[in-house]
Amino acid sequence: MITAQAAGPFFRWDWVGRNLGAIWDRVVEHLTLTAIAIGIGLVIAMGLSLVALRWRRTYAPITWVTGILYTIPSLALFALLVPFTGLSTLTAEIGLVSYTLLILIRNIVAGIDGVSPEVREAAVGMGYTRRRLFFEIELPLAMPVIVAGIRIAAVTVIGLVTVTSIIGQGGLGFFILRGLNSFFWTQIIVGVALSVLLAVIIDLLLAGGERALTPWARRRGAG
Amino acid sequence: MSFLGDVASWFGTAANWWGESGILNRVFEHVQLSAFTMAVALAVALPPALALGHRNRGGGLVVTVVNLGRAIPSFGILALALPFTIELARGIDLFGWEFSPISSGLGFWPTFVALLALAVPPIFANGFTAVRDVDPGTVEAARGMGLTERQILRSIEVPMAMPVVYAAMRVASVQVVATATLGALVAWGGLGRFIIDGFAQQDDVQVFAGAVLVALLAVATEALFAFGERWAIPRGIAGAGDRAAATAG
Repeated sequence: MITAQAAGPFFRWDWVGRNLGAIWDRVVEHLTLTAIAIGIGLVIAMGLSLVALRWRRTYAPITWVTGILYTIPSLALFALLVPFTGLSTLTAEIGLVSYTLLILIRNIVAGIDGVSPEVREAAVGMGYTRRRLFFEIELPLAMPVIVAGIRIAAVTVIGLVTVTSIIGQGGLGFFILRGLNSFFWTQIIVGVALSVLLAVIIDLLLAGGERALTPWARRRGAG
Repeated sequence: MSFLGDVASWFGTAANWWGESGILNRVFEHVQLSAFTMAVALAVALPPALALGHRNRGGGLVVTVVNLGRAIPSFGILALALPFTIELARGIDLFGWEFSPISSGLGFWPTFVALLALAVPPIFANGFTAVRDVDPGTVEAARGMGLTERQILRSIEVPMAMPVVYAAMRVASVQVVATATLGALVAWGGLGRFIIDGFAQQDDVQVFAGAVLVALLAVATEALFAFGERWAIPRGIAGAGDRAAATAG
C-alpha cells in the first residue's frame, strides 16, 4: 500500500524553509517562460490581426485555425511537438504561444473594431495617414480591450506553464509533478499556491498598467 | 522509415487497438469518465444555480467560484485532488468512528474529483447569470398572466437561459476531456496513458500517436457540441447564445 508522505504533518514548513532558493529559481523560470510566451504571442497576434483587419475575409480562417490550436489539450500539444523539438524550452514556448493567439487576436480585432467611426472620420479629416491613424488613434483607444486580452492570456499561460513540467520545463510545475510522483503533498501545495499567486499578481499588475496607459478612461470614470 | 511512417504503422498494428491498454478501451475510458463527470456536474450545479438565479441571490458567491476556477490551473486541481483522495482512502476519523469512504486514492477517484472541480464552476456561474439576466419585462409579463414562480422558472427563464447554459456545457466538456488526459499521472487510464507511458519509455512514436488521439477527441467534442446546438436550443431564441470558446487546459 502507498504510504503518503510517510509520517509527519500534512504540510511541512521545514521543507519550505530548506528550499527557499530552489523555489525562487522556479518562480523566476515560471515568469520567464510566461513573459516570452506573451511577448512572442503579442507580436504574432498583432501581425495576424493586422492581416485580418486589412483583409476581412481572412478573419474567419485565422480564428478557425487558432481556435483549433486552443482546443487541443495542452499535454497533447506539447506531446505532438516533442518528437520534433525535443524536451526543450522551444517545445514549451511553441505550445504556450499557440494558446495566446486566439485570445489576443480576438481582443485586438474587437478593440480596433470598437473605435467609433466618427473618431476615425475626424482623424482622416484632419489629414491623418493610415499609419498614424492606427498608431495614434485606433491602437490607444483599443487599449482597454487589448489589455483585457493580455490579462486572460497571461493568467492562462501561467497555469499552462505548470503542465510543461511533464516535458522537463515547468517553473513551479516542477514541484507539482515531483510532489505527485513522490506523494509529497507539501511540494504540490507550494507549486499550486505559488502559481495561483503569480497569476493573481500579474493580473493585478496588468490591470494597473492599463489604468496608467489609458488616463482618459479613468477621467470619464468608465474604467 | 520516417517518423510519421512509424506513427502510421503504430496505428496499423492490431495489438495497439485491442485489449485493456488498446486504443479502443482507452477511448472508451476517456469518454465514459468525461460523460459521467459532466452528468454529475450538471446534476450538482445546475439546480441550485437556476434557483439562485431566479431569486437573484448569491451573486458574490458566483464571482468567487468563477475567479477561483480560473486562477487554479487544471494540472494544479488534479495535483491537489490526489492528497485529498489518498487521505480519504487511508481512512478518516469521525468522532472516533474510523472508516475509509473510498478503497483507493489513486486512479479513478483523484481524476474524477479534479474533473468535477473543473466542470462545476462554469456550469454554476453561467446557469446563475443566464437565469438572472432574463429580460425582467418578460418575467413580469408572465407573472401578470398568473404564472407561479415555479412555472416562470420552468417555462420562461430556463428555456431562455438555454443558449448560455449550453455554451457553458460545451466549455466545461472540452475542458474535462482535455484534463482527463492528465489522469494518467495519477494512475488512471484514458488516452493520456499513451503520452505518459510513452514519455516514461522514451517511445516518441507512442507519445505522438497518443497526442493525435487526444487532440482528435477534444476537437470532436467541440464539433459535437457545435453540431448539437441546432436541436438543443429552442428555435425561438436560436442564435442568442454566448459563443464562448472552450478554455485552454
